[in-house]
Amino acid sequence: MAEVTLTIDGKQVTVPVGTTVLEAARQAGIFIPTLCHDPDLTPWGGCRLCVVEIEGMRNLPASCVTTATSGMVVHTASPAVVEARKTIIELLLANHPMDCLTCGKNGDCRLQDYAYMYGVRQAGFAGERHSYPIEDDNPFIVRDLNKCILCGKCVRACAEIQGKNVVDFAYRGFNTRVTPAMDSTLAGSDCVFCGNCVAVCPVGALQEKGLRSSARTWEVKKVRTTCPYCGTGCTFDLNVKDGRVVGVTSCDGEVNGRALCVKGRFGYGFIHHPDRLTRPLIKRNGIFEEATWEEAIGLVAERLGAIKKEYGSGALGVLSSARCTNEENYLMSKFARAVLGTNNIDHCARL
Amino acid sequence: MTNPIGDIGGADFILAIGTNTTESHPIIGLQVKKAVRNGATLVVVDPRRTEVAGLAHYHLRLKSGTDIALLNGLANVIISEDLVNKEFVDTRTEGFEALKETVARYTPEYVEQITGISADIIREVARGYATAKNATILYTMGLTQHVCGTHNVFAVANLAMLCGHIGKPHSGVNPLRGQNNVQGACDMGALPNVLTGYQSVTLEEVRSKFAEAWGVGELPATPGLTVGEMLEAAARGEIKGMYIMGENPVLSDPDADHVIHALEKLDFLVVQDIFLTETARLADVVLPAASFAEKDGTFTNTERRVQRVRKAIEPVGEAKPDWQIICLVATAMGYPMQYGSPAEIMEEIARLTPSYGGISYQRLENGSLVWPCPAPDHPGTPILHAGKFARGLGKFHPVEYVPPAEQPDEEYPLILNTGRRHFHYHTGTMTLRTGALEEYYGREHLEINPADARALGIADGERVRVVSRRGQVEVTARVVDTVPPGVVFTSFHFPDVAINRLTNPARDPVARIPELKVCAVRVEKIA
Amino acid sequence: MPNVTLTIDGKQVTVPAGTNVLEAARSAGIFIPTLCHDPAIPGFGACRLCVVEIPGMRNLPASCVTTVAEGMVVYTASEAVIEARRTIIDLLLANHPQDCLTCEKNGDCRLQDYAFMYGVRQTSFHGERKNYPLDDSNPYIIRDQNKCILCGKCVRTCQAVPGRSVIDFGYRGFNTRVVTAMDVPLGESECVYCARCVAVCPVGALTYKPMAGKGRTWEIEKKTVTCTFCENGCTFDLNIKNGKVIGITAKEPGPGRPLCLKGRLGLELLYVDEPLTPMLKKDGQFVPVSWAEALGLEGVLSRIKELEGKKQA
Repeated sequence: MAEVTLTIDGKQVTVPVGTTVLEAARQAGIFIPTLCHDPDLTPWGGCRLCVVEIEGMRNLPASCVTTATSGMVVHTASPAVVEARKTIIELLLANHPMDCLTCGKNGDCRLQDYAYMYGVRQAGFAGERHSYPIEDDNPFIVRDLNKCILCGKCVRACAEIQGKNVVDFAYRGFNTRVTPAMDSTLAGSDCVFCGNCVAVCPVGALQEKGLRSSARTWEVKKVRTTCPYCGTGCTFDLNVKDGRVVGVTSCDGEVNGRALCVKGRFGYGFIHHPDRLTRPLIKRNGIFEEATWEEAIGLVAERLGAIKKEYGSGALGVLSSARCTNEENYLMSKFARAVLGTNNIDHCARL
Repeated sequence: MTNPIGDIGGADFILAIGTNTTESHPIIGLQVKKAVRNGATLVVVDPRRTEVAGLAHYHLRLKSGTDIALLNGLANVIISEDLVNKEFVDTRTEGFEALKETVARYTPEYVEQITGISADIIREVARGYATAKNATILYTMGLTQHVCGTHNVFAVANLAMLCGHIGKPHSGVNPLRGQNNVQGACDMGALPNVLTGYQSVTLEEVRSKFAEAWGVGELPATPGLTVGEMLEAAARGEIKGMYIMGENPVLSDPDADHVIHALEKLDFLVVQDIFLTETARLADVVLPAASFAEKDGTFTNTERRVQRVRKAIEPVGEAKPDWQIICLVATAMGYPMQYGSPAEIMEEIARLTPSYGGISYQRLENGSLVWPCPAPDHPGTPILHAGKFARGLGKFHPVEYVPPAEQPDEEYPLILNTGRRHFHYHTGTMTLRTGALEEYYGREHLEINPADARALGIADGERVRVVSRRGQVEVTARVVDTVPPGVVFTSFHFPDVAINRLTNPARDPVARIPELKVCAVRVEKIA
Repeated sequence: MPNVTLTIDGKQVTVPAGTNVLEAARSAGIFIPTLCHDPAIPGFGACRLCVVEIPGMRNLPASCVTTVAEGMVVYTASEAVIEARRTIIDLLLANHPQDCLTCEKNGDCRLQDYAFMYGVRQTSFHGERKNYPLDDSNPYIIRDQNKCILCGKCVRTCQAVPGRSVIDFGYRGFNTRVVTAMDVPLGESECVYCARCVAVCPVGALTYKPMAGKGRTWEIEKKTVTCTFCENGCTFDLNIKNGKVIGITAKEPGPGRPLCLKGRLGLELLYVDEPLTPMLKKDGQFVPVSWAEALGLEGVLSRIKELEGKKQA
């Protein structure tokens, strides 16, 4: 493919034709802040935070929607650029609740990152503020439109990743907000609660209800694993706090990218459910009684051994599990064949 | 799957048969949507109007269980209109003449009578599939859970080979599997007839290789019993003891009352699970297992991709990972079984399994691997049958249409179809205990067509009793036209609507898969 | 020492007589929030966040200053206790800047922790707010009295060093604040910037100036090192962000020693990737000095030079 060479902050950068200035800068390891940009979504140019100075151009163009051309000279952190970014952040803060104290996204919020980075301590503008009610009438997602910065990532994720088009911009000017059709709630819409909008939201407008109310972002350890539900094999991060799984967040999975479904993202609650079996049980006179592992294993070995001895291996059968790991299924097969001496092993592959 | 999930988004033509993709495999559904956005033609074959059917250019609402007639009809058009990929058929396949002879009878007009799909639509779909640059076939249990499930799959494979839509990107024959590690469980030999990597128990050299590795004199040489056969044998008193790990046949298998009867008849039942399931309640001993978050291991997904499962927390209470429990039981029975970690078990699997030969935890740290992956430097095989079929030439298996085992009659005039819901999973053991999913979707209902509802005097939201020859359940009716007249639908997720008390255990003679998609029922209004 | 057995949240706990209820609960693994309590400095009982319910006692006593008694029954999370704690947090927030957005303590602030834990999103009280100017009159410590919750930990830790007592409470009522003698800025006081006060401050009232703007608490990994500039073994934390040491913070004084600026500067020189020029006060003004002077090594260095000069000659 044809290439172009441009100069960014005095550095010669060569990229394929059609690359945006933002991508070119990032490839060269030069930082440019963004709020509405996402490499998986259609470029938008809405937030203007990625503005740069390009010699010969009027105004400061948004680098995410400006195509790199040969010989272009770009300054990503000139005084004019920094001032513009500061003003944008101030304007965003002019209508953003100062709620980091208890906000679930505190510590993982792009608006906060940039406010700190550019030293914007508070809004420089006073005026009307939104006062929308918080939407939490579903068990998965909390929507706080007061925190929405109208970057439109949720709108694009719903359309371009999930293909549902459940939410879009509605109303005009100061009243613009993201809503489902007829301005209903998510629960009142066709939303399937995949949470892919939550995964792309740069601020606290969309939050996972369970995760964000039970841990601060800096308290969790993330463990990458594979989803326990259907056969697609999505990758995600289990969020762990104090030895408990408190949530699931997207990572860049090989099969799924950042997309997950409602079960993968919000179906982790069974792990710590009070119904979990925590001790071996032995049924005596029709009633289960708790037992030690030694007792239980001893009894299983004794009874299976006795049946094998009395009736032969063919009188034994094993059901392995499509929910267990490969290693466990292998061991179950080994156990059935080498220990019990039977090929009577199957699982619910047909169901 | 012969092809990776990521391939679907680039297909030009998708034939989705008996798959409620966006509900049962939402992330694969995203690929289907992506392909449609990019201009692909989507054909959905399903009696129900599911979400994915709503997106389709052609929704073929065939009569339940008439898939072979439809697929043969498509083959008939492709052959009679000379749309066959001759080069592919000549160089890569055998048995074309036999297929041609069989499908000759399945003219579009004849197939229309059986399936209810108009002959013109059958012609258009056949032409579309045959002439697409890259066409892919997706299917799930809507195709396989029939007494002719194996033949249904043969009919699908015939179609793909006729047009050469296999062994190349964005095409193939792609079963979407329902459970996280159902592929892996099969790969690992949790089947009655094969050891790991589908090495047959009937082959002497296979048995001796495993016997030597496992340090035993000999291994059983005759294939064992499948789930259904084991339960039947238990009911007859021939199977005396069972060890069930992480399965809930009481809710998942057909004719539940019979399953309960069979398990109750056992001398000894041990169940190993994370919850006291409906099956575990029948056990003599219940062993508490660790959940996926509490152990290390690997799952193999529907596209044969082997991926890591990582331990995030300690097992709850005294629960132990299943692999450790199996080791304890084996050791207690006089067969010392000890591993330091699942990584060690994988080393043993790799040594004994050609298709997993190159897979190790060390490699998996850098990303997943798709089997066949025979050697440590092999990159894996995302696309099967490229250049050559596993057996050499691809064989056409001509198959004939047979109707479902149970047909509606005067006493049981409706067809019951069962399946899955978007918010739930399998027998609900996990998804009914999340504090979220069951809160949002906590009660099951029966979908019934307005015409049938009117005839029975049933209004939306009323309680009804669904009765088959084997059992009955009570459930709330939802009157919708997503099901065609004569068909009712519900899921098997909810213990209080244990729909498998009704379903028919009639099985496919080869795969032994039960016909869960068709059984005859009647619906009665509860006074 | 005789033991006392009491019941905390239904759990039998046996502790030595004289233990306070807070310590007894903590020894049993029962959580009680505190702001003004520090096991290393004398009890204060001021913040009241550690209140518990003890049947037979009037009101809700502060567990940090209530001694255990035989047979005592304690509830640490009863409805009344939770309500009291919520009200206390609510009152503290009534006069605390909503500044987490860019506050250096965001992510490591007790007031924030407890506000989240008890679900106090914002204050329900409205009234006068403090509006003190920021005190950054010295190169080492930034004091923001608007964020001060008057827990007195800084005062008490400063007083623990004989002869120091640089700060104490001044004024009364709403105007109460922690001040230096004559209420001069810290830079004009007798303060030696040992940072004992910064190490114990539970909120964002006292922070390190050299670290300002360099990183958020959750981006920083801490690694404890023991200072070897003298034999007392005070501990400090290396603050590491993206693999780089961006600053040194005081952790704990060694036995019998106060923590000191020289030790902290010495560690900065040793570990920090881009250390700032040290500043020392001369004639009432902070001026940049050489590392040798800051660490008091000038005499030693000139003697070394002298000796090496002799050797070469």
